[in-house]
Amino acid sequence: MTAVEVHNLRKEFLRRDAERSGLRRRRRRVPALENVTFAIERGECVAILGQNGSGKSTLVRLLSTLLLHDGGSALVFGHDVFKEQRAVQRLVNRVSVEASFFKKMSSEENLSYAARFYGMTGAETRERIPMILDRVGFPARRRHEAMEHLSRGMQQKVSLARALLTSPVLLLLDEPTTGLDPRSKLEVQDFIREVWASHDATILLCTHDLAEAEALADRVGILDRGQLLCLEPVDELKERYRAETLEEAFFAATGREFEQEDEDAERGVFA
Amino acid sequence: MRGAAATLRHELIGLSGVLERNAYLVKRYVWWELAFFVWSLANTLTIVFIAKGIHAAGGKLDVDRATTTLLIGAVIWSYLGVVFEILTETVAWERWEGTIEYTFMAPLARPIHLIGMGLFAVVYGVLRTAVLFAVIAGFFSLSLGGANFVAALVVLAVASVSFIGIGMMTAVLPLISPEKGMQMGFIAQGILLVISGVYYSVSVLPQWMQWLSTISPATYALRGIRHAILDGYGVGAVWGDIWPLIVIGVIAIPLGLVIFGVGERHAKRHGKLKRSG
Repeated sequence: MTAVEVHNLRKEFLRRDAERSGLRRRRRRVPALENVTFAIERGECVAILGQNGSGKSTLVRLLSTLLLHDGGSALVFGHDVFKEQRAVQRLVNRVSVEASFFKKMSSEENLSYAARFYGMTGAETRERIPMILDRVGFPARRRHEAMEHLSRGMQQKVSLARALLTSPVLLLLDEPTTGLDPRSKLEVQDFIREVWASHDATILLCTHDLAEAEALADRVGILDRGQLLCLEPVDELKERYRAETLEEAFFAATGREFEQEDEDAERGVFA
Repeated sequence: MRGAAATLRHELIGLSGVLERNAYLVKRYVWWELAFFVWSLANTLTIVFIAKGIHAAGGKLDVDRATTTLLIGAVIWSYLGVVFEILTETVAWERWEGTIEYTFMAPLARPIHLIGMGLFAVVYGVLRTAVLFAVIAGFFSLSLGGANFVAALVVLAVASVSFIGIGMMTAVLPLISPEKGMQMGFIAQGILLVISGVYYSVSVLPQWMQWLSTISPATYALRGIRHAILDGYGVGAVWGDIWPLIVIGVIAIPLGLVIFGVGERHAKRHGKLKRSG
Protein backbone atom coordinates (compact mmCIF):
# COMPACT_ATOMS: atom_id res chain seq x y z
CA MET A 1 0.00 0.00 0.00
CA THR A 2 1.20 3.50 -0.76
CA ALA A 3 1.64 5.57 2.36
CA VAL A 4 2.40 8.91 0.74
CA GLU A 5 1.62 9.99 -2.80
CA VAL A 6 2.71 13.46 -3.80
CA HIS A 7 2.06 14.66 -7.33
CA ASN A 8 3.27 17.96 -8.79
CA LEU A 9 3.07 19.57 -5.36
CA ARG A 10 3.68 23.29 -5.47
CA LYS A 11 3.96 25.91 -2.76
CA GLU A 12 4.81 29.57 -3.12
CA PHE A 13 5.14 32.34 -0.59
CA LEU A 14 4.57 36.04 -1.05
CA ARG A 15 7.57 38.17 -0.36
CA ARG A 16 7.78 41.93 -0.11
CA ASP A 17 10.48 43.57 -2.16
CA ALA A 18 12.80 46.14 -0.63
CA GLU A 19 11.86 48.49 -3.46
CA ARG A 20 8.65 50.44 -3.30
CA SER A 21 6.14 50.91 -6.06
CA GLY A 22 4.38 54.16 -5.13
CA LEU A 23 3.48 53.93 -1.47
CA ARG A 24 3.45 50.15 -1.32
CA ARG A 25 6.23 47.64 -1.44
CA ARG A 26 5.97 45.31 -4.39
CA ARG A 27 5.16 41.70 -3.64
CA ARG A 28 6.30 38.73 -5.59
CA ARG A 29 5.84 35.01 -5.40
CA VAL A 30 8.82 32.96 -4.30
CA PRO A 31 8.57 29.22 -4.99
CA ALA A 32 9.36 27.00 -2.00
CA LEU A 33 8.38 23.74 -3.70
CA GLU A 34 8.07 23.27 -7.45
CA ASN A 35 6.14 20.35 -8.90
CA VAL A 36 7.45 17.81 -6.42
CA THR A 37 6.37 14.24 -7.22
CA PHE A 38 7.17 11.07 -5.27
CA ALA A 39 5.60 8.11 -3.50
CA ILE A 40 6.51 6.24 -0.31
CA GLU A 41 5.36 2.69 0.27
CA ARG A 42 4.01 1.60 3.63
CA GLY A 43 6.81 0.64 6.02
CA GLU A 44 9.46 2.45 4.02
CA CYS A 45 11.93 4.96 5.41
CA VAL A 46 12.71 7.71 2.93
CA ALA A 47 15.19 10.51 3.53
CA ILE A 48 15.04 13.83 1.75
CA LEU A 49 18.39 15.61 1.68
CA GLY A 50 18.69 19.30 1.15
CA GLN A 51 20.43 22.39 2.36
CA ASN A 52 18.82 25.03 4.54
CA GLY A 53 16.10 26.65 2.51
CA SER A 54 15.76 23.80 0.03
CA GLY A 55 12.08 23.25 0.89
CA LYS A 56 12.36 20.28 3.28
CA SER A 57 10.43 21.88 6.12
CA THR A 58 7.82 23.22 3.71
CA LEU A 59 7.24 19.66 2.51
CA VAL A 60 6.90 18.37 6.08
CA ARG A 61 4.58 21.21 7.03
CA LEU A 62 2.40 20.60 3.97
CA LEU A 63 2.07 16.91 4.88
CA SER A 64 1.35 17.89 8.50
CA THR A 65 -1.65 20.00 7.37
CA LEU A 66 0.05 23.18 8.60
CA LEU A 67 0.23 24.71 5.15
CA LEU A 68 -2.14 24.92 2.19
CA HIS A 69 -0.68 24.14 -1.22
CA ASP A 70 -0.75 26.19 -4.41
CA GLY A 71 -1.01 23.27 -6.79
CA GLY A 72 -0.69 19.54 -7.23
CA SER A 73 -1.87 16.94 -4.74
CA ALA A 74 -0.74 14.99 -1.69
CA LEU A 75 -2.34 11.84 -0.31
CA VAL A 76 -1.55 10.11 2.98
CA PHE A 77 -2.87 6.54 3.01
CA GLY A 78 -5.35 7.58 0.34
CA HIS A 79 -6.61 10.67 2.22
CA ASP A 80 -6.27 14.04 0.55
CA VAL A 81 -4.01 16.12 2.82
CA PHE A 82 -5.81 19.35 1.93
CA LYS A 83 -9.41 18.14 1.88
CA GLU A 84 -9.47 15.47 4.58
CA GLN A 85 -7.27 17.14 7.16
CA ARG A 86 -8.78 15.43 10.22
CA ALA A 87 -8.30 11.95 8.72
CA VAL A 88 -4.68 12.76 7.88
CA GLN A 89 -4.02 14.32 11.30
CA ARG A 90 -5.02 11.05 13.00
CA LEU A 91 -2.37 9.17 11.01
CA VAL A 92 0.55 11.57 11.18
CA ASN A 93 2.89 12.90 13.82
CA ARG A 94 6.22 14.62 13.61
CA VAL A 95 9.47 15.47 15.30
CA SER A 96 11.05 18.73 14.25
CA VAL A 97 14.42 20.32 14.79
CA GLU A 98 13.12 22.29 17.75
CA ALA A 99 11.76 20.13 20.55
CA SER A 100 8.92 22.53 21.32
CA PHE A 101 7.23 22.18 24.67
CA PHE A 102 5.60 24.22 27.39
CA LYS A 103 8.84 24.88 29.20
CA LYS A 104 7.47 25.22 32.72
CA MET A 105 5.50 22.00 32.40
CA SER A 106 7.11 18.59 33.00
CA SER A 107 7.66 15.97 30.31
CA GLU A 108 4.77 13.98 31.71
CA GLU A 109 2.42 16.96 31.65
CA ASN A 110 3.46 17.90 28.12
CA LEU A 111 2.94 14.37 26.85
CA SER A 112 -0.37 14.04 28.63
CA TYR A 113 -1.64 17.26 27.05
CA ALA A 114 -0.54 16.20 23.56
CA ALA A 115 -2.07 12.73 23.93
CA ARG A 116 -5.51 14.09 24.83
CA PHE A 117 -5.79 15.64 21.40
CA TYR A 118 -5.42 12.17 19.94
CA GLY A 119 -8.21 10.80 22.12
CA MET A 120 -6.14 9.19 24.88
CA THR A 121 -7.77 9.22 28.31
CA GLY A 122 -6.06 9.89 31.63
CA ALA A 123 -6.00 6.17 32.44
CA GLU A 124 -4.33 5.40 29.11
CA THR A 125 -1.67 8.09 29.43
CA ARG A 126 -0.87 7.16 33.03
CA GLU A 127 0.02 3.72 31.77
CA ARG A 128 1.69 4.59 28.47
CA ILE A 129 3.72 7.71 29.27
CA PRO A 130 6.11 6.04 31.75
CA MET A 131 6.50 3.13 29.32
CA ILE A 132 7.32 5.30 26.34
CA LEU A 133 9.65 7.58 28.32
CA ASP A 134 11.43 4.52 29.55
CA ARG A 135 11.74 3.27 25.98
CA VAL A 136 13.44 6.46 24.79
CA GLY A 137 15.84 6.21 27.73
CA PHE A 138 14.42 9.09 29.70
CA PRO A 139 15.23 8.77 33.43
CA ALA A 140 12.12 8.10 35.53
CA ARG A 141 13.21 10.44 38.33
CA ARG A 142 13.13 13.44 35.95
CA ARG A 143 9.56 12.95 34.72
CA HIS A 144 8.21 15.70 36.96
CA GLU A 145 10.95 18.23 36.20
CA ALA A 146 10.13 21.27 34.11
CA MET A 147 11.24 20.89 30.48
CA GLU A 148 13.39 24.01 30.75
CA HIS A 149 15.74 22.12 33.08
CA LEU A 150 16.41 19.33 30.58
CA SER A 151 19.26 19.21 28.08
CA ARG A 152 18.54 19.56 24.37
CA GLY A 153 19.16 15.84 23.85
CA MET A 154 16.72 14.94 26.64
CA GLN A 155 14.12 17.29 25.19
CA GLN A 156 14.47 15.70 21.78
CA LYS A 157 13.91 12.27 23.34
CA VAL A 158 10.69 13.55 24.90
CA SER A 159 9.80 14.94 21.48
CA LEU A 160 10.20 11.47 19.98
CA ALA A 161 8.14 10.03 22.82
CA ARG A 162 5.41 12.58 22.09
CA ALA A 163 5.29 11.56 18.45
CA LEU A 164 5.23 7.83 19.23
CA LEU A 165 2.70 8.08 22.03
CA THR A 166 -0.04 8.60 19.45
CA SER A 167 1.09 5.58 17.37
CA PRO A 168 1.35 7.42 14.06
CA VAL A 169 1.49 5.33 10.90
CA LEU A 170 3.37 8.14 9.17
CA LEU A 171 6.20 9.72 11.11
CA LEU A 172 7.62 12.96 9.75
CA LEU A 173 11.11 13.69 11.04
CA ASP A 174 12.34 17.18 10.23
CA GLU A 175 16.04 17.29 11.12
CA PRO A 176 15.47 15.42 14.39
CA THR A 177 19.15 15.28 15.33
CA THR A 178 20.32 18.73 14.26
CA GLY A 179 22.13 20.49 17.09
CA LEU A 180 22.47 17.37 19.25
CA ASP A 181 25.79 16.24 20.66
CA PRO A 182 27.23 13.09 19.01
CA ARG A 183 26.07 10.75 21.76
CA SER A 184 22.51 12.06 21.83
CA LYS A 185 22.49 11.97 18.05
CA LEU A 186 23.37 8.28 17.99
CA GLU A 187 20.81 7.50 20.70
CA VAL A 188 18.06 9.25 18.77
CA GLN A 189 19.09 7.51 15.53
CA ASP A 190 19.08 4.13 17.28
CA PHE A 191 15.66 4.83 18.60
CA ILE A 192 14.36 5.81 15.16
CA ARG A 193 15.73 2.51 13.86
CA GLU A 194 14.06 0.61 16.67
CA VAL A 195 10.72 2.34 16.14
CA TRP A 196 10.85 1.68 12.46
CA ALA A 197 11.56 -2.00 13.06
CA SER A 198 9.00 -2.53 15.82
CA HIS A 199 6.19 -0.15 14.82
CA ASP A 200 4.24 -0.42 11.62
CA ALA A 201 5.46 3.08 10.76
CA THR A 202 6.40 4.77 7.53
CA ILE A 203 9.09 7.39 7.98
CA LEU A 204 9.85 10.51 5.99
CA LEU A 205 13.14 11.92 7.26
CA CYS A 206 14.17 15.37 6.12
CA THR A 207 17.77 16.09 6.98
CA HIS A 208 20.93 17.76 5.91
CA ASP A 209 22.98 15.05 7.60
CA LEU A 210 24.30 12.84 4.81
CA ALA A 211 25.48 10.03 7.10
CA GLU A 212 22.13 9.95 8.89
CA ALA A 213 20.26 9.67 5.59
CA GLU A 214 22.53 6.90 4.38
CA ALA A 215 22.34 4.99 7.66
CA LEU A 216 18.60 5.14 8.16
CA ALA A 217 16.83 5.33 4.83
CA ASP A 218 15.78 2.81 2.17
CA ARG A 219 15.81 5.56 -0.42
CA VAL A 220 17.33 9.00 -0.48
CA GLY A 221 16.03 12.01 -2.38
CA ILE A 222 17.78 15.28 -3.12
CA LEU A 223 15.66 18.39 -2.78
CA ASP A 224 17.31 21.46 -4.20
CA ARG A 225 15.74 24.92 -4.42
CA GLY A 226 12.28 23.41 -4.15
CA GLN A 227 12.83 20.74 -6.79
CA LEU A 228 13.16 17.02 -6.07
CA LEU A 229 16.04 16.00 -8.31
CA CYS A 230 15.98 12.26 -7.56
CA LEU A 231 14.73 9.66 -5.11
CA GLU A 232 16.31 6.23 -5.12
CA PRO A 233 18.35 3.80 -3.02
CA VAL A 234 21.75 5.19 -2.04
CA ASP A 235 23.69 2.74 -4.23
CA GLU A 236 21.64 3.61 -7.30
CA LEU A 237 22.02 7.29 -6.50
CA LYS A 238 25.78 6.96 -6.37
CA GLU A 239 25.78 4.94 -9.55
CA ARG A 240 23.59 7.42 -11.39
CA TYR A 241 25.92 10.30 -10.54
CA ARG A 242 29.06 8.13 -10.75
CA ALA A 243 29.95 9.11 -7.22
CA GLU A 244 31.85 7.36 -4.47
CA THR A 245 29.99 9.07 -1.66
CA LEU A 246 26.60 10.63 -1.09
CA GLU A 247 28.28 14.01 -0.79
CA GLU A 248 29.78 13.63 -4.25
CA ALA A 249 26.40 12.53 -5.59
CA PHE A 250 24.84 15.64 -4.04
CA PHE A 251 27.47 17.82 -5.67
CA ALA A 252 26.96 16.13 -9.04
CA ALA A 253 23.18 16.54 -8.78
CA THR A 254 23.10 20.16 -7.65
CA GLY A 255 26.38 21.55 -8.88
CA ARG A 256 27.15 22.80 -5.37
CA GLU A 257 29.03 21.55 -2.34
CA PHE A 258 26.73 20.17 0.34
CA GLU A 259 27.98 22.48 3.06
CA GLN A 260 27.73 25.52 0.79
CA GLU A 261 24.78 27.67 1.83
CA ASP A 262 22.05 28.28 -0.69
CA GLU A 263 22.72 31.68 -2.19
CA ASP A 264 19.03 32.19 -2.65
CA ALA A 265 18.69 33.28 0.95
CA GLU A 266 15.11 34.45 0.64
CA ARG A 267 13.98 30.87 0.26
CA GLY A 268 15.35 30.14 3.69
CA VAL A 269 12.91 32.60 5.22
CA PHE A 270 10.04 30.28 4.42
CA ALA A 271 11.37 26.80 3.89
CA MET B 1 -24.58 6.15 15.85
CA ARG B 2 -21.59 4.36 17.39
CA GLY B 3 -19.30 6.41 15.12
CA ALA B 4 -20.87 9.65 16.30
CA ALA B 5 -20.48 8.59 19.94
CA ALA B 6 -16.81 7.73 19.36
CA THR B 7 -16.23 11.09 17.69
CA LEU B 8 -17.95 12.91 20.54
CA ARG B 9 -15.87 10.99 23.09
CA HIS B 10 -12.68 11.85 21.18
CA GLU B 11 -13.61 15.55 21.13
CA LEU B 12 -14.51 15.60 24.82
CA ILE B 13 -11.17 14.01 25.70
CA GLY B 14 -9.49 16.71 23.58
CA LEU B 15 -11.49 19.39 25.38
CA SER B 16 -10.39 17.97 28.73
CA GLY B 17 -6.81 18.21 27.46
CA VAL B 18 -7.22 21.95 26.86
CA LEU B 19 -8.60 22.43 30.39
CA GLU B 20 -5.87 20.22 31.86
CA ARG B 21 -3.08 22.13 30.13
CA ASN B 22 -4.39 25.48 31.34
CA ALA B 23 -4.67 24.14 34.88
CA TYR B 24 -1.03 22.97 34.68
CA LEU B 25 0.04 26.41 33.52
CA VAL B 26 -1.81 28.20 36.31
CA LYS B 27 -0.15 25.83 38.78
CA ARG B 28 3.31 26.38 37.27
CA TYR B 29 2.93 30.17 37.11
CA VAL B 30 1.11 30.53 40.43
CA TRP B 31 3.33 33.38 41.72
CA TRP B 32 2.81 35.32 38.52
CA GLU B 33 -0.93 34.75 38.86
CA LEU B 34 -0.71 36.21 42.34
CA ALA B 35 1.26 39.22 41.08
CA PHE B 36 -1.31 39.78 38.33
CA PHE B 37 -4.07 39.59 40.95
CA VAL B 38 -2.34 42.26 43.06
CA TRP B 39 -2.17 44.46 39.96
CA SER B 40 -5.92 43.96 39.35
CA LEU B 41 -6.57 44.76 42.99
CA ALA B 42 -4.60 48.02 42.83
CA ASN B 43 -6.22 48.96 39.56
CA THR B 44 -9.73 48.29 40.89
CA LEU B 45 -9.05 50.23 44.08
CA THR B 46 -7.88 53.22 42.06
CA ILE B 47 -11.19 53.28 40.22
CA VAL B 48 -13.41 52.55 43.18
CA PHE B 49 -11.88 55.34 45.30
CA ILE B 50 -13.22 57.84 42.75
CA ALA B 51 -16.62 57.73 44.47
CA LYS B 52 -15.10 58.78 47.80
CA GLY B 53 -13.01 61.37 46.01
CA ILE B 54 -16.05 63.03 44.46
CA HIS B 55 -17.82 63.02 47.80
CA ALA B 56 -14.78 64.55 49.52
CA ALA B 57 -14.69 67.27 46.85
CA GLY B 58 -18.26 68.26 47.74
CA GLY B 59 -20.15 66.18 45.20
CA LYS B 60 -23.54 64.92 46.29
CA LEU B 61 -23.86 61.19 45.80
CA ASP B 62 -24.69 57.97 47.65
CA VAL B 63 -21.08 56.90 48.27
CA ASP B 64 -21.86 53.22 48.89
CA ARG B 65 -24.01 52.93 45.77
CA ALA B 66 -21.49 54.81 43.62
CA THR B 67 -18.65 52.70 45.03
CA THR B 68 -20.53 49.48 44.22
CA THR B 69 -21.41 50.75 40.75
CA LEU B 70 -17.75 51.49 40.04
CA LEU B 71 -16.68 48.20 41.60
CA ILE B 72 -18.99 46.21 39.32
CA GLY B 73 -17.61 48.10 36.32
CA ALA B 74 -14.02 47.46 37.36
CA VAL B 75 -14.46 43.74 38.07
CA ILE B 76 -16.35 43.16 34.81
CA TRP B 77 -13.51 44.97 33.01
CA SER B 78 -11.08 42.69 34.78
CA TYR B 79 -13.18 39.61 33.95
CA LEU B 80 -13.41 40.55 30.30
CA GLY B 81 -9.64 41.08 30.28
CA VAL B 82 -9.05 37.56 31.64
CA VAL B 83 -11.45 35.95 29.13
CA PHE B 84 -9.94 37.77 26.15
CA GLU B 85 -6.40 37.17 27.31
CA ILE B 86 -6.84 33.43 27.76
CA LEU B 87 -8.59 33.08 24.40
CA THR B 88 -5.88 35.11 22.68
CA GLU B 89 -3.34 32.77 24.23
CA THR B 90 -4.84 29.98 22.10
CA VAL B 91 -2.38 31.22 19.51
CA ALA B 92 -0.06 33.67 21.27
CA TRP B 93 1.21 31.45 24.08
CA GLU B 94 1.55 28.41 21.84
CA ARG B 95 3.57 30.43 19.38
CA TRP B 96 5.78 31.78 22.14
CA GLU B 97 6.45 28.26 23.49
CA GLY B 98 6.84 26.88 19.97
CA THR B 99 4.12 24.26 20.42
CA ILE B 100 1.71 25.85 17.96
CA GLU B 101 2.53 23.49 15.09
CA TYR B 102 1.97 20.38 17.23
CA THR B 103 -1.32 21.67 18.57
CA PHE B 104 -2.67 22.82 15.22
CA MET B 105 -1.74 19.58 13.42
CA ALA B 106 -3.49 17.46 16.07
CA PRO B 107 -6.86 15.89 15.21
CA LEU B 108 -8.92 18.16 17.43
CA ALA B 109 -11.81 20.16 15.96
CA ARG B 110 -10.99 23.83 16.21
CA PRO B 111 -14.42 24.71 17.72
CA ILE B 112 -13.74 22.21 20.53
CA HIS B 113 -10.26 23.65 21.02
CA LEU B 114 -11.62 27.21 21.24
CA ILE B 115 -14.59 26.26 23.40
CA GLY B 116 -12.18 24.49 25.76
CA MET B 117 -10.13 27.66 26.04
CA GLY B 118 -13.32 29.67 26.56
CA LEU B 119 -14.62 27.35 29.27
CA PHE B 120 -11.36 27.53 31.16
CA ALA B 121 -11.34 31.32 30.78
CA VAL B 122 -14.85 31.58 32.22
CA VAL B 123 -14.23 29.25 35.18
CA TYR B 124 -10.89 30.89 36.01
CA GLY B 125 -12.28 34.39 35.35
CA VAL B 126 -15.36 33.88 37.55
CA LEU B 127 -13.28 32.58 40.47
CA ARG B 128 -10.76 35.38 40.17
CA THR B 129 -13.47 38.03 39.78
CA ALA B 130 -15.41 36.72 42.77
CA VAL B 131 -12.32 36.94 44.98
CA LEU B 132 -11.52 40.43 43.64
CA PHE B 133 -15.08 41.58 44.29
CA ALA B 134 -15.14 40.12 47.79
CA VAL B 135 -11.79 41.67 48.77
CA ILE B 136 -12.71 45.17 47.56
CA ALA B 137 -16.24 44.99 48.97
CA GLY B 138 -14.70 44.03 52.33
CA PHE B 139 -12.13 46.82 52.05
CA PHE B 140 -14.90 49.44 51.68
CA SER B 141 -17.26 47.63 54.09
CA LEU B 142 -19.96 47.75 51.44
CA SER B 143 -23.39 46.71 52.59
CA LEU B 144 -24.51 44.03 50.13
CA GLY B 145 -27.20 42.34 52.20
CA GLY B 146 -29.87 42.91 49.58
CA ALA B 147 -27.75 41.78 46.64
CA ASN B 148 -28.97 38.88 44.52
CA PHE B 149 -25.69 37.16 43.65
CA VAL B 150 -27.40 34.21 41.99
CA ALA B 151 -29.06 36.50 39.45
CA ALA B 152 -25.74 38.34 38.96
CA LEU B 153 -23.98 35.04 38.25
CA VAL B 154 -26.71 33.98 35.81
CA VAL B 155 -26.29 37.25 33.90
CA LEU B 156 -22.50 36.82 33.91
CA ALA B 157 -22.77 33.21 32.72
CA VAL B 158 -25.08 34.11 29.83
CA ALA B 159 -22.91 37.13 28.92
CA SER B 160 -19.84 34.90 28.94
CA VAL B 161 -21.13 33.04 25.87
CA SER B 162 -20.97 36.30 23.90
CA PHE B 163 -17.61 37.21 25.45
CA ILE B 164 -16.20 33.85 24.33
CA GLY B 165 -17.53 34.47 20.81
CA ILE B 166 -15.88 37.89 20.64
CA GLY B 167 -12.74 36.43 22.24
CA MET B 168 -12.57 33.87 19.42
CA MET B 169 -12.61 36.73 16.91
CA THR B 170 -9.69 38.45 18.65
CA ALA B 171 -7.85 35.15 19.27
CA VAL B 172 -7.12 34.84 15.59
CA LEU B 173 -5.33 38.20 15.44
CA PRO B 174 -1.93 36.85 16.60
CA LEU B 175 -2.12 34.36 13.73
CA ILE B 176 -2.51 37.16 11.22
CA SER B 177 -0.09 39.54 12.92
CA PRO B 178 2.33 37.64 15.19
CA GLU B 179 3.91 40.86 16.45
CA LYS B 180 0.89 43.06 17.15
CA GLY B 181 -2.10 40.71 17.12
CA MET B 182 -2.32 40.37 20.87
CA GLN B 183 -2.42 44.13 21.38
CA MET B 184 -5.31 44.33 18.91
CA GLY B 185 -7.26 42.19 21.38
CA PHE B 186 -6.82 44.88 24.02
CA ILE B 187 -8.20 47.46 21.60
CA ALA B 188 -11.31 45.35 21.05
CA GLN B 189 -11.74 45.02 24.81
CA GLY B 190 -11.32 48.78 25.31
CA ILE B 191 -13.85 49.67 22.62
CA LEU B 192 -16.35 47.19 24.01
CA LEU B 193 -16.17 48.72 27.46
CA VAL B 194 -16.22 52.39 26.47
CA ILE B 195 -19.53 51.92 24.64
CA SER B 196 -21.02 49.66 27.32
CA GLY B 197 -21.18 52.02 30.28
CA VAL B 198 -18.43 50.49 32.33
CA TYR B 199 -18.31 53.34 34.90
CA TYR B 200 -21.35 55.35 33.83
CA SER B 201 -24.78 54.95 32.36
CA VAL B 202 -24.83 54.55 28.58
CA SER B 203 -27.37 57.40 28.51
CA VAL B 204 -24.48 59.87 28.91
CA LEU B 205 -22.92 58.69 25.65
CA PRO B 206 -23.46 60.49 22.32
CA GLN B 207 -26.36 59.07 20.31
CA TRP B 208 -24.19 57.10 17.86
CA MET B 209 -22.33 55.48 20.74
CA GLN B 210 -25.62 54.63 22.42
CA TRP B 211 -26.65 52.85 19.25
CA LEU B 212 -23.39 50.89 19.30
CA SER B 213 -23.95 50.03 22.96
CA THR B 214 -27.10 48.08 22.01
CA ILE B 215 -25.00 45.49 20.16
CA SER B 216 -22.43 45.15 22.93
CA PRO B 217 -23.04 42.24 25.34
CA ALA B 218 -21.14 44.12 28.06
CA THR B 219 -23.94 46.75 28.13
CA TYR B 220 -26.52 44.17 29.20
CA ALA B 221 -24.08 42.33 31.46
CA LEU B 222 -23.17 45.49 33.37
CA ARG B 223 -26.77 46.69 33.65
CA GLY B 224 -28.13 43.28 34.67
CA ILE B 225 -25.43 42.66 37.26
CA ARG B 226 -25.85 46.16 38.72
CA HIS B 227 -29.60 45.63 39.05
CA ALA B 228 -29.02 42.25 40.70
CA ILE B 229 -26.42 43.51 43.18
CA LEU B 230 -27.57 47.07 43.86
CA ASP B 231 -31.33 46.56 43.70
CA GLY B 232 -31.60 42.85 44.53
CA TYR B 233 -33.41 42.02 41.27
CA GLY B 234 -34.03 38.34 40.58
CA VAL B 235 -33.48 36.47 37.32
CA GLY B 236 -37.03 37.27 36.15
CA ALA B 237 -36.55 40.97 36.78
CA VAL B 238 -33.33 41.09 34.76
CA TRP B 239 -34.76 39.02 31.90
CA GLY B 240 -34.77 42.22 29.83
CA ASP B 241 -30.97 42.10 29.96
CA ILE B 242 -30.67 38.33 29.65
CA TRP B 243 -32.55 37.76 26.38
CA PRO B 244 -30.43 40.22 24.35
CA LEU B 245 -27.37 38.42 25.72
CA ILE B 246 -28.77 35.09 24.50
CA VAL B 247 -29.38 36.57 21.03
CA ILE B 248 -25.88 38.10 20.86
CA GLY B 249 -24.35 34.84 22.12
CA VAL B 250 -26.16 32.77 19.49
CA ILE B 251 -24.67 35.05 16.82
CA ALA B 252 -21.23 35.64 18.40
CA ILE B 253 -20.11 32.01 18.81
CA PRO B 254 -20.66 30.88 15.19
CA LEU B 255 -19.32 34.20 13.93
CA GLY B 256 -16.23 33.83 16.13
CA LEU B 257 -15.63 30.32 14.81
CA VAL B 258 -16.04 31.44 11.20
CA ILE B 259 -13.65 34.36 11.68
CA PHE B 260 -11.09 32.14 13.42
CA GLY B 261 -11.42 29.60 10.59
CA VAL B 262 -10.83 32.28 7.96
CA GLY B 263 -7.78 33.49 9.89
CA GLU B 264 -6.41 29.97 10.25
CA ARG B 265 -6.77 29.31 6.52
CA HIS B 266 -5.03 32.63 5.82
CA ALA B 267 -2.18 31.62 8.14
CA LYS B 268 -1.89 28.20 6.47
CA ARG B 269 -1.82 29.75 3.02
CA HIS B 270 0.83 32.32 3.92
CA GLY B 271 2.99 30.14 6.15
CA LYS B 272 2.21 32.00 9.38
CA LEU B 273 1.14 28.94 11.33
CA LYS B 274 4.56 28.38 12.80
CA ARG B 275 6.53 29.27 15.88
CA SER B 276 8.42 32.21 14.44
CA GLY B 277 5.43 33.67 12.67
